[in-house]
Amino acid sequence: MYCLIAAESAIFTIFVVAYLFYVGKSLTGPQPSDVLHAPIFYTVCLLASSLTIHVALRRLSAGKMAAFGRWWLLTIVLGGVFLFGTGREWAHLIQDEGLTINTNLFGTTYYSLVGLHAFHVTMGLVALIAVAVFCFTSQLQRAHAERVEILSMYWHFVDAVWVIVFTVVYVIGK
Amino acid sequence: MSTHTIALTDLPTTRPLTLVLHEWVTTVDHKRLGILYILYALIFLALGGIEATIMRFQLIRPHNALVSPQVFNRMFTMHGTTMIFFVAMPMLFGFANYLVPLMIGARDMAFPRLNAFSFWMTALGGLLLYFSFFGGDGLYGAGSAPDVGWFAYAPLTAKTFSVGHSTDFWTLSLLSSGIGSIGTAINLITTILCMRCPGMTLGKMPLLVWLNFVMAGLVILAVSPLSAAQLMLIVDRYLGGHFFDTQAGGSAVIWMHFFWIFGHPEVYVLVLPAFAFASEIIPVFSRKAIFGYPVMVLATIAIGFIGMSVWAHHMFTVGMSAGANTFFVLSTMAIAVPTGIKIFNWLATMWGGKIRLATPMLFCVAFLFQFLIAGLTGVTLAVAPLDWQLSNSYYVVAHFHYVIVGGILFCIFGAFYYWFPKVSGRMYGEALGKLHFWLFVIGFHLTFDFMHVPGILGMPRRIYTYEPGRGWDIWNLIVTIGVVFQAAGILVFAANLVWSYLRGRTAGNDPWDAWTLEWSTSSPPPVYNYAKIPSVRSRRPLWDLKHPEDPDWRYE
Repeated sequence: MYCLIAAESAIFTIFVVAYLFYVGKSLTGPQPSDVLHAPIFYTVCLLASSLTIHVALRRLSAGKMAAFGRWWLLTIVLGGVFLFGTGREWAHLIQDEGLTINTNLFGTTYYSLVGLHAFHVTMGLVALIAVAVFCFTSQLQRAHAERVEILSMYWHFVDAVWVIVFTVVYVIGK
Repeated sequence: MSTHTIALTDLPTTRPLTLVLHEWVTTVDHKRLGILYILYALIFLALGGIEATIMRFQLIRPHNALVSPQVFNRMFTMHGTTMIFFVAMPMLFGFANYLVPLMIGARDMAFPRLNAFSFWMTALGGLLLYFSFFGGDGLYGAGSAPDVGWFAYAPLTAKTFSVGHSTDFWTLSLLSSGIGSIGTAINLITTILCMRCPGMTLGKMPLLVWLNFVMAGLVILAVSPLSAAQLMLIVDRYLGGHFFDTQAGGSAVIWMHFFWIFGHPEVYVLVLPAFAFASEIIPVFSRKAIFGYPVMVLATIAIGFIGMSVWAHHMFTVGMSAGANTFFVLSTMAIAVPTGIKIFNWLATMWGGKIRLATPMLFCVAFLFQFLIAGLTGVTLAVAPLDWQLSNSYYVVAHFHYVIVGGILFCIFGAFYYWFPKVSGRMYGEALGKLHFWLFVIGFHLTFDFMHVPGILGMPRRIYTYEPGRGWDIWNLIVTIGVVFQAAGILVFAANLVWSYLRGRTAGNDPWDAWTLEWSTSSPPPVYNYAKIPSVRSRRPLWDLKHPEDPDWRYE
């Protein structure tokens, strides 16, 4: 998983470099400063999900399956809320501001970078939901804690990438 | 240490073909997947070789009209892409897959199913690339292959300049094989870190394992940027993005950076496993332990690190700042130092040794000589002002073929002959092997020594024909004649493989009196590799076993 994270980091690095390289190089509007609003609430949700997954894992290693299930579901809900937030932001940008992926360089780089991250969140949610299904059909045991922990590393990675994406897109890029 | 030879004979020898095929297609065994990788690479070697031959016969004399300019463009694009992504990489991954678990005394890779997945992703990539011959133009009519060059510079790849789907096939095939490569790299690293047998500390691993470990790290860091760049190209071509669209403020140069951030470490991804073969074969055929093991490991790691910071020496002619030029000149020259250390260590291993010039060793000796020359022309190209003169000429083509054919391919041939007895259980034909060697050495030098000359005389690469009377004619003729010898060598090689597999004499477990663990199990190894997991005390466990009176671990 560390290796996968290294490979994923390299992919994100290239997209971040492309984003930074193209900041302010769009020939036509809209510009980031006109249309972007930092999604503070949704960011807090995603970062909080890192905490809840950590708590869930501690419950799993302690063998408290019911508590694990509750914290795990909360993690999924928080991830889902974040994804909903990205969706709303995109709907706003497309419908109200007329920014699509082929409008200008900002659109191209913004949708690619944020979309790549959202794709990773989606993949993470699919895996989290699979674990939840195993949990509620009583197939998940305490002995599986190590495997679930590897999945949680992926989730932490996705959160950490969001911190970078947030900084790049909503702080430096504006 | 066991020399058990419990072969898997409980399966009846005559099984229906469909059953055998089904077993091979669904296999997760690292040895079978290794063989699949290698066979797959051999098929593509033939395809890429045919493309090269077509190019050389087009250039045999001025104003030749064997193929049209359009076909010529497709040939060099397909030749480059095929040879790098679907010959060299799968070939080396195949050997790594086969040998690494055996050498560290493990029963399989860490993730056998991921291993199978990686192979089939790579296989899909090759099929996608070659399907473009039929489907490249989509509904427009007859097919066409990609014709944008193997590094596919923007804006050639933009929809405007590359209509149809040929570039999309190229992109998708590289993305698919890239996923396969990253999967294999993750698998190799995990296997090497977690599956070593008792007693095998990192400092006692065979050098082949060390070099493949560093190679896998480079794959992770280098192939991922390529995949990212391919994703961007897909966004540009399908979703109307502007990453590489200069009309909308995008940059063509950033594609070059992204491609070469992959492209140059890729050279080390390919050459490190080749070094790995030389580091195993040269000691065994010199009857001496490898000279300077710790320095070899450190030099490998140094190559890995420096190799990540030399990519823009492919871009001196683009017009970078003086600071960037200086940095990449110096880093490129710096990488010659660890490489030079390796060459001296191999020479020191041979020095005073009792050298046996069997076919594997012949290929390795030729490798040493040729790789040295390749490195020297590399240093000349690293000098930015000289590169401005020589870049994109046949001098560059001669240089990197010297590395890839003279260095990497020679080591691969050496590895084929060295491990063929282990994989098949039979000896190869020594006379045919030597014939292959001499044909290939003569062909190689005719082609690639003389290819430097038209480059210095100003012949650019990738031209489909040229004017007579520029002093290029005779050199192109000699270069093409060399191809005939190389092709003959390859045919002898293929014949030798098939003949030896069917008729070769039984090899036994350890035909070379070698020292690493794979020679302690039967030839071919059983599915489970080792009935009893071995434990080791030195870098040459089989030496310890054969010479209990003077074991290696006393001195290490």
